[in-house]
Amino acid sequence: MIQWTGLAVFLMAIFIAVPSFIAAAGRSDLYYTLTAVALLSIASAGVWLTFYIGRINIGQGAFALIGAYVSAILVTKAGMSFWLSLPLAGLFAAGVAVVIGVPILRLRGVYFAMISLVLTQVVTLTALALPVTNGAKGITSIPLPGGVSILGLTLVPDFATLENPRLAFYYAACVLMVLTFGAMYRLVNSRLGHLCRSMQQNEELASSIGVNISYIRVIVFAISSFLGGIGGAMFGSIAQSVYPSSFQVADSVNFMLNCFLGGLGYVFGPMLGTLVLYFGWDLLFELGRFQLLAYSSLLIILMLFLPNGLLSMRLPGKKGTDK
Amino acid sequence: MSHILEVRHVTKKFGGLIANSDISFNVNENEILSVIGPNGAGKSTLFKMISSFLPTTTGEVLFNGERISNLKPHVVARKGVVRTFQETTIFKSMTVRESIIVAQHLRARASLAGYFWGTRTAHEDVDSFGQYADDLIEFLAMTEIANEQASNLPQGNLRALGIAIGLATDPKVLLLDEPFAGMNHDETMKMVNLVRKVRDDRGVTVLLVEHDMPAVMNISDRIVVLNFGEMIAEGVPAEIQNNERVIEAYLGSADDEIGI
Repeated sequence: MIQWTGLAVFLMAIFIAVPSFIAAAGRSDLYYTLTAVALLSIASAGVWLTFYIGRINIGQGAFALIGAYVSAILVTKAGMSFWLSLPLAGLFAAGVAVVIGVPILRLRGVYFAMISLVLTQVVTLTALALPVTNGAKGITSIPLPGGVSILGLTLVPDFATLENPRLAFYYAACVLMVLTFGAMYRLVNSRLGHLCRSMQQNEELASSIGVNISYIRVIVFAISSFLGGIGGAMFGSIAQSVYPSSFQVADSVNFMLNCFLGGLGYVFGPMLGTLVLYFGWDLLFELGRFQLLAYSSLLIILMLFLPNGLLSMRLPGKKGTDK
Repeated sequence: MSHILEVRHVTKKFGGLIANSDISFNVNENEILSVIGPNGAGKSTLFKMISSFLPTTTGEVLFNGERISNLKPHVVARKGVVRTFQETTIFKSMTVRESIIVAQHLRARASLAGYFWGTRTAHEDVDSFGQYADDLIEFLAMTEIANEQASNLPQGNLRALGIAIGLATDPKVLLLDEPFAGMNHDETMKMVNLVRKVRDDRGVTVLLVEHDMPAVMNISDRIVVLNFGEMIAEGVPAEIQNNERVIEAYLGSADDEIGI
């Protein structure tokens, strides 16, 4: 019961309270920031999922970049609707993840982390080299998402005709984020989630009860990369451009930090982590050249005192409800 | 056709070291067979090869006439040959009941996607998993600890939990890895009765690897003895007890008898 109330409050907050507040305060620049948070949290959710199978994934930037390029190419070169290119971008990223995942997912701990770290760089270099991605110039002036209508009923308006596309992007990103985390919650509490937990806790025992570990790992990595691809594609659409540097190693690291900060034990950890990390960085802007120093020190302190993430300091009595 | 498991000329070499040399024996349906031997005799290696956790160098293991060696462990488990581990190999942060439910993976009829979308088959599965878990918990007399987290359980219960996890997969053959190791007399007797009950009531064939001699003599229908990687004897407990080579292997001379 308390979960449904929480969900209702959360939905009202992001869909009604935040836009009203922004309208009242006249800070429409916040839309961009919050949209970014929502999209980055989707990609972070993917990273969280790979943590769930016991792998440290510092390569989500690669899949975000792949997603952004696939969507951009489909929209600009093939004239496809952005809304169709969005799932295709996710699926393409998932496909790449399957091909890469089969050999590398058998690595554990720091070895997997290192390989995944290199992935982002590999994709960046590939984007620089391929003709279809247009090298360092990237793909620019991507049209805004068009409308979607079924039987004359407009489901999504054409973003180019809206007077406030920022708000539209904000809503679209929030809807995607809610869908993502709803699906994640469901997944973690379904059999796939239980099998992931069994693998994370003891791979040998899991295989002795008949769990095909390598198969589940690949599936989960594909879902994780799907989310990275979706997040990246949406990002490209908002920026209306994609460059090889749109997602870098630092972004991959941030996706991972978002998960750590929010809490690896909680499905909603990456969402909170992304919000705090993104705004935290902006808030420290005042410190000028000490920004990075203060930021890093704070992160170290947080991880030292809250190793299970921010969500671990919730009120007692509510423990484990949204695990 | 009563040989449910056949070990045929199995040899394992690690570089120049021969851990198992040309081992052959059969396991009959519904029997309890123990593989014993002094430390370093190659019991664990053989055990791992039977459960496909290690490949054989030469030779093969058959289950109902079908080869199960040199496969993936989960494939062997799917066929109905399931191993247990010693007590540290558990799902630490799951309760006893949760562990048993997860271990029923092989009984699932709905697909992974079916569980995600919550199809009717998936709901039926979840209900039947819970039901089966409760039955199994009662069968193994673990009702009191059903909702305890595995990492909080004492050693004796962990062993039983390991067997519960193995049984939850609904195996034809259960392979037990040193089920009596480190137990006192009472605990051992309890475990002996439990293993017997598993065989009698569930019709599960049991192959166990062990070096606790009294327990093995008590529980086994037949015994296979290894020494320095070679099989030196096979027979019913009374034969093994009086076998000169076995006595020599354990005591170094034929003067003493094996304590029972």
